[in-house]
Amino acid sequence: MTEWLAVLGARTLAALRGWGRSAIFFVDLLRALPQALRRFDLVVVQMHAIGNRSLVIILASGLAVGFVLALQMYYALVKYGAAESLGLVVNLSLVRELGPVVTALLFAGRAGTSLTAEIGLMKAGEQIAALELMAIDPRARVLAPRFVAGVLSMPLLAILFSAIGIIGAWVVAVGLIGIDAGNFWSIQQSGVDAWRDVGNGVAKSAVFGIICTAVALYQGYETEATPEGVAYATTRTVVTSSLAVLGMDFILTALMFSTL
Amino acid sequence: MKPDTLIEIDHVTFGYDERRSILNDVSLCFARGKVTSILGGSGCGKTTLMRLIAGVHGANSGRVVFDGELVDVHDRDLLYRFRRRLGMLFQFGALFTDLSVYDNVAFPLREMTDLPEPLIHDIVLMKLNAVGLRGAARLKISEVSGGMARRIALARAIALDPELIMYDEPFAGLDLISMGVAAKLIRTLNDVTGATSLVVSHDVPECMGISDHVVLMSSGGRIVAQGTPAELMASTEPEVRQFVRGEPDGPVKFHYPAVEMAEDFGLGARK
Repeated sequence: MTEWLAVLGARTLAALRGWGRSAIFFVDLLRALPQALRRFDLVVVQMHAIGNRSLVIILASGLAVGFVLALQMYYALVKYGAAESLGLVVNLSLVRELGPVVTALLFAGRAGTSLTAEIGLMKAGEQIAALELMAIDPRARVLAPRFVAGVLSMPLLAILFSAIGIIGAWVVAVGLIGIDAGNFWSIQQSGVDAWRDVGNGVAKSAVFGIICTAVALYQGYETEATPEGVAYATTRTVVTSSLAVLGMDFILTALMFSTL
Repeated sequence: MKPDTLIEIDHVTFGYDERRSILNDVSLCFARGKVTSILGGSGCGKTTLMRLIAGVHGANSGRVVFDGELVDVHDRDLLYRFRRRLGMLFQFGALFTDLSVYDNVAFPLREMTDLPEPLIHDIVLMKLNAVGLRGAARLKISEVSGGMARRIALARAIALDPELIMYDEPFAGLDLISMGVAAKLIRTLNDVTGATSLVVSHDVPECMGISDHVVLMSSGGRIVAQGTPAELMASTEPEVRQFVRGEPDGPVKFHYPAVEMAEDFGLGARK
């Protein structure tokens, strides 16, 4: 009985220590932000690495989601004689939910793992220690520019995902199904609110950007400096980021769209 | 603390966890302007001692004093001020793999000073010339050998002309020519710049050839002996003799403590 209690106590303490360490890490990261913003050239380099190099997977996925969404929605809507609403349904699905969430999940898999592995290998190769010993704060020089780049890239990627998804849906709806192009666009124009729908979607993706980038950097920074340690850290990045994004999406959706 | 002492290690005890202590009540002094080598077998705590001096870890008890000031790992501003006076050569170089050889050496100059780029260019080439790699300035880090990487790291470590240069295993993995060149370089840099050099190694001949003072450590950070290279070479102490002559038999055991061989191979069970 006492042994069981001791194990439970030790695990609880370890979990609390982990939470505490991650909270301190996040606060340190925020404190280092002014320095990163002062050297925006470092942020631009990271935006290229994080954002630009994620474009192919984001655009390809957005297009595929747009194709499939248009088809599935048409099959459902046509039964109720509401096929002309297809443009609106696709648009709202993409800008409110699928754009931010799928982009965040893809971001965690593509850019998040890359960030974790990069920081983890910098740690294993003693590059982080070398920075420390040169009296250069690695949080300000290495982590903060990546954090800012991730947070800025995510909404841009989500906007592109939604935009290409809508174009994909247009191709299927207008080109394949034969829905009137004017109707497809005008119903979106009248039914989608720029601030409430698009704005909230962008705000969501910014929050997801904070979550995914902070998790990726933390896992890389705290990883055990071994090949196994880096491998586990990249896996933890994807799992933790994805679960946090899905959980946060529910909370944000409830807060943002509850009065609609 | 004597005026000619740059670093004082005062009754320092350190372990990564409570169960295993790496350094036990170690006290040492390192003289200003001299080359001091810390010799000892693998795992005796040499690198840990160096990291304690650099403030990477804080001692569990005792204190590290640099030029009269306490090295306090909890005061980041003070620690960074102290580290600006220090250069460290890591065992595997710790070079930034996304930068060229030139940019690696220029890195501390660009980050820590406001020097104009033409001046940085001249300093970088001078430092690279000092380590014999001016011609390799434009190479990528993936294009240089392990020995070259160590020399580039050395050029980076001395880019800001530090007062204290610490070398972690500078001779490990080098061929004989590179080893000789590296040893000569450490001595020359020390004499030319007037810096204090601290070399952690287990290469006896090289260290004996360039050092003013040698400290021999054994497991637990125990100081076995210290003195000039000549004094250590002439020592009749069995542990010192065994280490400096590389003898397999003596007080220092080659084998990790184990049960009887017969027991491990199951020979006892056949009786």
